[in-house]
Amino acid sequence: MTVGDLQQGDTAVVKLFLGDLDTQSRFLEMGILPGVELRLVKIAPLGGTIELKVRNYYVSIRQQDALNIVIEN
Amino acid sequence: MNLTLNNDNVPWVALVGNPNSGKTAIFNLLTGMNQKVSNYPGITVEKKLGTGQFNDGTVYHLLDFPGTYSLTPESFDERIVAEQVLQWIHGKNPPAVIVSVVDATNLSRNLYLTTQLLDLGIPIVIALNMMDLVDHTEKIDASSLKKWLGAVAVVPMSALKKSGLNKIKDQVRASIFTQTVNNDIFPLEVTKPLETILMPITSLLFTKLGYTPRFAAAQALRLITRKSTLELYNRAIQEEQKIDSKTLNELEDLRTVAIKEIEKEKLKPSSLEAMLRYKWLDENLAQDRSDQTNKIRKIHASEKIDQILTHRWLGPGIFIGLLYFIFQSIFNFASIPMDWIEAGVNWLGKGAVTLVPESYFRDLLIDGIIAGFGAILIFLPQIVILMFFLTLLEDSGYMARVAFMLDRGMSKIGLHGRSVLPLMSGYACAIPGIMSTRTIDNWKERLITMLILPLMSCSARLPVYALMIGAFIPPITVGYIFGLQGLMMVVMYFIGTVTALILAKLFSLWIKSEGKSSFVMEMPPYRLPILRSVLRQVFIRAKLFLFNAGKIIMAISIILWFLASFPMTDNRGEQTTIHNSFAGKIGHTIEPAIQPLGFDWKVGIALITSFAAREVLVSTMATIYNVENTGDDMVQLSDAMKNDVNPSTGLPVFTPLVAVSLMVFYVYAAQCMATFAIIRRETNTWKWPLFMIVYMNVLAYLVSFLVYQGGLWLGFS
Repeated sequence: MTVGDLQQGDTAVVKLFLGDLDTQSRFLEMGILPGVELRLVKIAPLGGTIELKVRNYYVSIRQQDALNIVIEN
Repeated sequence: MNLTLNNDNVPWVALVGNPNSGKTAIFNLLTGMNQKVSNYPGITVEKKLGTGQFNDGTVYHLLDFPGTYSLTPESFDERIVAEQVLQWIHGKNPPAVIVSVVDATNLSRNLYLTTQLLDLGIPIVIALNMMDLVDHTEKIDASSLKKWLGAVAVVPMSALKKSGLNKIKDQVRASIFTQTVNNDIFPLEVTKPLETILMPITSLLFTKLGYTPRFAAAQALRLITRKSTLELYNRAIQEEQKIDSKTLNELEDLRTVAIKEIEKEKLKPSSLEAMLRYKWLDENLAQDRSDQTNKIRKIHASEKIDQILTHRWLGPGIFIGLLYFIFQSIFNFASIPMDWIEAGVNWLGKGAVTLVPESYFRDLLIDGIIAGFGAILIFLPQIVILMFFLTLLEDSGYMARVAFMLDRGMSKIGLHGRSVLPLMSGYACAIPGIMSTRTIDNWKERLITMLILPLMSCSARLPVYALMIGAFIPPITVGYIFGLQGLMMVVMYFIGTVTALILAKLFSLWIKSEGKSSFVMEMPPYRLPILRSVLRQVFIRAKLFLFNAGKIIMAISIILWFLASFPMTDNRGEQTTIHNSFAGKIGHTIEPAIQPLGFDWKVGIALITSFAAREVLVSTMATIYNVENTGDDMVQLSDAMKNDVNPSTGLPVFTPLVAVSLMVFYVYAAQCMATFAIIRRETNTWKWPLFMIVYMNVLAYLVSFLVYQGGLWLGFS
């Protein structure tokens, strides 16, 4: 399962990252890293991007990047 | 060591923090230059310097840095900060103190950057901002923070409530020149295999570059994590800071070896720094899993607002409604001050006629300088109104939602959610739009946004459309409700926009990407915009427009006046007219080239003068027809154009088809030189502005050619 598979309102714990380095390092420096819990707040009206709540802030990321964030079962 | 900026013996203080941490608000409060409270991630892109006064009366300089999440250079803004920091380390103008602004409601993420700054060995005062918004169940102990972080001071404060500022000033004052920082121990827990692997890099940085043990350890870790950190040193070599290319090669080799060894240990080099730093932070902040669970489940007031504003159906609808409202306002409200400006410029011209005796100088004053001045000022109302609304949307936090909602469509054509705002600004004026592309992290997306932005019909085209439509498009109704004139106007905006979007896609296939596009954007909480800071921001941008664009428009206006007025007498000794002036000669020379588009030499002159600004077409036409109808009453420009007959063919010079062809030409042509000057500044090369001038003019010629020749073939005239 990845963050891209979550439904609105679901929570999950990040396990590891797949894919490219650039987006991943942005996640990391914003504190989205293995062991951190997050909630899927919303999928954008036209799709493509999703909004998450992590630590104590809201962040939006692209769906394709969400598919690279593997979550714990 | 020199701790001043301009060798003026005034110490300087750096203000660094995350986007949306309230950094700019603190800057404004400290320096009194109330500039901007931003909500849109990364909007603080200008290097903003202010001067403040301590409570004992002594002064200091304060430099506001772009908002950044870390010292790893990822985006355009972050590179600025990372480069500066490396310069400080290499002994070039370090600040006396760094004020690290921290959003107290998001401690761990904000302190990530703070701990990176603490590695530098420069005294750090932590401004613990937004304390008033911290949940009352959460206890933040400033003195314990100070202790385990090793900061000079941790000051709880609130920029919104204006509390804690004097304490910050006192702490900064106390640490200037007196505070020394022990920088021997790197606090992160780097355990055995990793410590050994990093050792060669750490000791190289320590011995060859003279870094402190702590900064050497931190930099070794960052070099492993991101290659971009290594690339920063190229710049340092060019500026002859401490390091030479031999050392850099050595560093690069050590890095390659270390990365291989780390991978052998089944560790990910790219995540090392973040993992270790956040582990240390979370342990010290005692942030456990249950604490996180509570926080992410809590529904913030902004999330409730977003249930409407980014709602599946309501969200896009509200956005379109807002856009409609803004553009309606621009056209409605701007027309009044624009009339005033026009009247004012006319009054000035008339005043000059009576006050200054007839001379070349008077002509230059009236037709060159005052006319150029008017050409600049006339756009100001539209730019100010648009900027006012866009700043409101930005400061309230709504712009981040727009980017969130529209990123899908934008990314499909090679743009970014954040391209929406600059492109929208382009409808008023390309210049502020181009300046606001700095919020786009990815260079390729930013470049493409700039390349297509001038195709959005700016307000300078409006007078051209208005003149042509008013004179040559009949005021008839089509399809029962649509006026043909209004429809024609909409078509011009539409074809510009659609072409821009198609070209964006083409450019994205052609331009090579530097780094992958990423869209990781904080959604800041909604905040009520502060009117004073909105107005301040509008003022700054208006000023930028007046000076940057104004200089060029003014210079070109004067050159064009010269071309249109000289030689004063032709070779038969007759009084010159625009017909035999330099401009007229150029117009005649290019006439064969533009004839297939339906334009005669008079339009040719206007095409040249439009290099100053597009709406100069109108005044050029007025000049041409007035000059040729000297002595008599002024003929109304549109009537003059309608009555103009080509002496050799006996046919009218302007027809509805010529008018459409001319408007289409103005949709595409690269004319406003100020735009290209700004793009030169933003891309730091003439390559892109020249490319734009070529592609836009080729496009203008081709499409106008198709419209005119196609129209003739279809039997229009």
